[in-house]
Amino acid sequence: MPITRNVARTALATCAGLFAVAACGSGDTDEAQSKQVTLVTHDSFNVSKAVLAEFKKETGYTVKVLKSGDAGQAVNQAVLSRDNPQGDVLFGVDNTLLSRAVDNGVFAPYEAKGLDRVPAEYQLDAAKHRVTPIDTGDICVNYDKRYFADKKLDPPRTFEELADPEYKNLLVTENAATSSPGLGFLLGTAAEFGDEGWQDYWKKLKANGVKVVEGWEQAYNEEFSGSAGGKKAGGDRPLVVSYASSPPVEVLYADPQPDEAPTGVLTDTCFRQIEFAGLLDGAKNSEGGKRLLDFLIGKTFQEDLPLQMFVRPVAEDAKLPKLFTEFGAEAENARSLDPQTIAENREAWIKSWTSLVVK
Amino acid sequence: MAVPVVFFGLFFAYPVAAIVGRGLRQNGAWQFGALGDVLGDPGIGQVLWFTLWQALASTGLTLALAMPAAYVFARLEFPGKSLLRAVVTVPFVLPTVVVGTAFLAMLGRGGLLDDLWGVRLDTTVWAILLAHVFFNYAVVVRTVGGLWAQLDPRQEEAARMLGASRLRALRAVTLPALGPAVAAAALMVFLFTFTSFGVVQILGGPGYATLEVEIYRQTAQLLDLPTAAVLTLVQFAAVAAILAVHAWTVRRRETALNLVDAAHAVRRVHGAGQRLLLGLVLGTVALLILLPLGVLVERALDVPGGYGLGYFRALLLSDGGAFLVPPIDAVGNSLGYAAVATLVALLVGGLAAAALTRRAGRFTRGFDALLMLPLGVSAVTVGFGFLIALDEPPLDLRASWILVPLAQALVGVPFVVRTMLPVLRAVDDRLREAAAVLGASPWRAWREVDLPLVRRALLVAAGFAFAVSLGEFGATVFIARPDNPTLPVAVARLLGRAGDLNYGQAMALSTILMIVCVVSLLLLERIRPLARGTGTAGTPLDRTGAF
Repeated sequence: MPITRNVARTALATCAGLFAVAACGSGDTDEAQSKQVTLVTHDSFNVSKAVLAEFKKETGYTVKVLKSGDAGQAVNQAVLSRDNPQGDVLFGVDNTLLSRAVDNGVFAPYEAKGLDRVPAEYQLDAAKHRVTPIDTGDICVNYDKRYFADKKLDPPRTFEELADPEYKNLLVTENAATSSPGLGFLLGTAAEFGDEGWQDYWKKLKANGVKVVEGWEQAYNEEFSGSAGGKKAGGDRPLVVSYASSPPVEVLYADPQPDEAPTGVLTDTCFRQIEFAGLLDGAKNSEGGKRLLDFLIGKTFQEDLPLQMFVRPVAEDAKLPKLFTEFGAEAENARSLDPQTIAENREAWIKSWTSLVVK
Repeated sequence: MAVPVVFFGLFFAYPVAAIVGRGLRQNGAWQFGALGDVLGDPGIGQVLWFTLWQALASTGLTLALAMPAAYVFARLEFPGKSLLRAVVTVPFVLPTVVVGTAFLAMLGRGGLLDDLWGVRLDTTVWAILLAHVFFNYAVVVRTVGGLWAQLDPRQEEAARMLGASRLRALRAVTLPALGPAVAAAALMVFLFTFTSFGVVQILGGPGYATLEVEIYRQTAQLLDLPTAAVLTLVQFAAVAAILAVHAWTVRRRETALNLVDAAHAVRRVHGAGQRLLLGLVLGTVALLILLPLGVLVERALDVPGGYGLGYFRALLLSDGGAFLVPPIDAVGNSLGYAAVATLVALLVGGLAAAALTRRAGRFTRGFDALLMLPLGVSAVTVGFGFLIALDEPPLDLRASWILVPLAQALVGVPFVVRTMLPVLRAVDDRLREAAAVLGASPWRAWREVDLPLVRRALLVAAGFAFAVSLGEFGATVFIARPDNPTLPVAVARLLGRAGDLNYGQAMALSTILMIVCVVSLLLLERIRPLARGTGTAGTPLDRTGAF
């Protein structure tokens, strides 16, 4: 078939062309490569352009950011590509996933400069320095201020009170099996009530009408009555599992900006997430990777964090923006669990939680 | 044949085999014991059962609701028809997160049904079924309707002349002719709903899971590769079975049909019966498709203190927070990726279709089915497969932009093949020979003979591939780079943040995605008049509805 062969030849040529373009796109020259450091991270990562420019000025390296799905996916990808990492630094492994990454030997040890400005409680790998803490965020129940004001009802304060009859059918949370705030809330209750007690607590929550939806987007933008999205969607649940930083975000992205956040945080229901970064073992540019880690806990990046990713910096000398000090809530005694404990129990807890609450 | 084989080997079979192999091989030994363990798990049995029956129910419901529409779009003339036909295809490109949102607004609390009768369907299986109808309506309307439009109406008229009732004529003449197209459409819908991911995850709530959802959970969340590998194999087997049935129905209907130009078969609406039918179909479309889309548009315009374009204007600003670039840039990225993906899909699919036309036999038939497999394999499997398989130079494409259109093309190729194959098969080889005898070069013969005949099919195939690429999310989210997100990725990212402006922008971007899709499809329909009379007796003018 001469016709087919001819078309095939054209096609092959086109394909070859495409690959040449692709190769030009990714195959930077050696010199550019050595001046570039690749940061592998999750979808929520953000940084100001000015801050990246600052890094370039200080070190001569440009940063290439590679985002891949949520935090779980990013860590799993790092585990899968362990022998041939996608980049030099992984940012975004948190305390719920830390053991998986560390036990799989994803990271090479490096003690970042300036780590002495970070409180010891966040340095979960202080003995080996495979990871460096970068930020913290709290998963807490948020409430709709107007609902409770209209009803002349005090919002609940503790985990126990969420199960009280006056708060029946008010709480919406996320699937702990697939959503990180959902898992955080479950872990918070496990930290509060212990391995023995949390199941009884969830039975009470279920009897009190807790609603479980798949992900944060639905819970917050659809079911919650206090958020901007939820108001449009006619959400009717005034309590939602979200983040301590959600109220400031509601203020920041409102126009005009209100004097007071429409939502509040139940600071006694928080679970603390700590996010880490680490040098990937086998990194092509480990020198640049190390400089990047130093930079990530440096003051410039740390002060940029809150308004980019709505988390708190770990460095003690980093000042919080006004938005956070004014509208944000601080969870004094957020619950937490040792990563090893989480790693050992995670599966079993999620399984029993699923059969208890969802099925 | 070489190009499609290499393409599929490299970008599909190899990565998927790599990830499945990684799951089944632990410490250097094959773990086939895992197969029994996973399949023996009652939880997995439940997932399989739910996957199967919801797909059957969705397919049945979709056919029931869309078949009258296929008739109406094929045979009746009414104002706004081509616009409406483009609009019913919009669900194809919308991210499920967004559609889930719209459906919750209708079916959930305070929704339409809730207001009228106090009925709420969210987190019930009804929400899943209706959303599946929403997504797959166009498959039936376009495929069955495409053929129906060209069936010679005189045959049915003749039957009626001979005394058959309208119903009987439909049953005895039209339905048998349509049967194979209906079967093919039903199988496509079954395939889509069997592997449904986002719809089930969002509308079903955590209580329901399909095989695809379970594979995603095991891979992306738990990193339980052995279990994921077994489930992938199970899904492979199921999809292969579906495709085998599909191939069988396709072969069975290689019968000659008496086809005419669609324009000759269209009639003005007359009679109470037709008016009623048209009304019912338009009502269904309005309720099931236009209303959810309308909800999204309404929310995009619902700025603080009334309606306005505030959120659309905000898309032009670069400091929206979620990106390094203004969100509106996603439109350009999406169009660019989709264009490249469409080219690749047309090239690979077109060559595959050409090869399949010329060669018969078990091998090519098997290859035909193989080309459909990407529709039935989960994006997370392909994505992780890319990661561990395409990681060595010269094929270290993990960070390259080309991965996005390649992944999108994988899903587009099956559409191209299904659309092109019947038309190419109908081209009379003697025409090419005649051209050759008269001294035409092979290229010229192709240009003068094949191209004019397949041009229309090529355009329709391009339309489908383009729409699929525009809306592709699962694979893209793995590989899209932060400085050039596609529209669905941008929407998902905006929805992932609190605050009025982010939510509004997500809705505004979704609206833009709809408009881009409708405009692209309308443009493709505009090109249609260029299809000339085909010349050869008995050659179907258009059998593009045939996948």
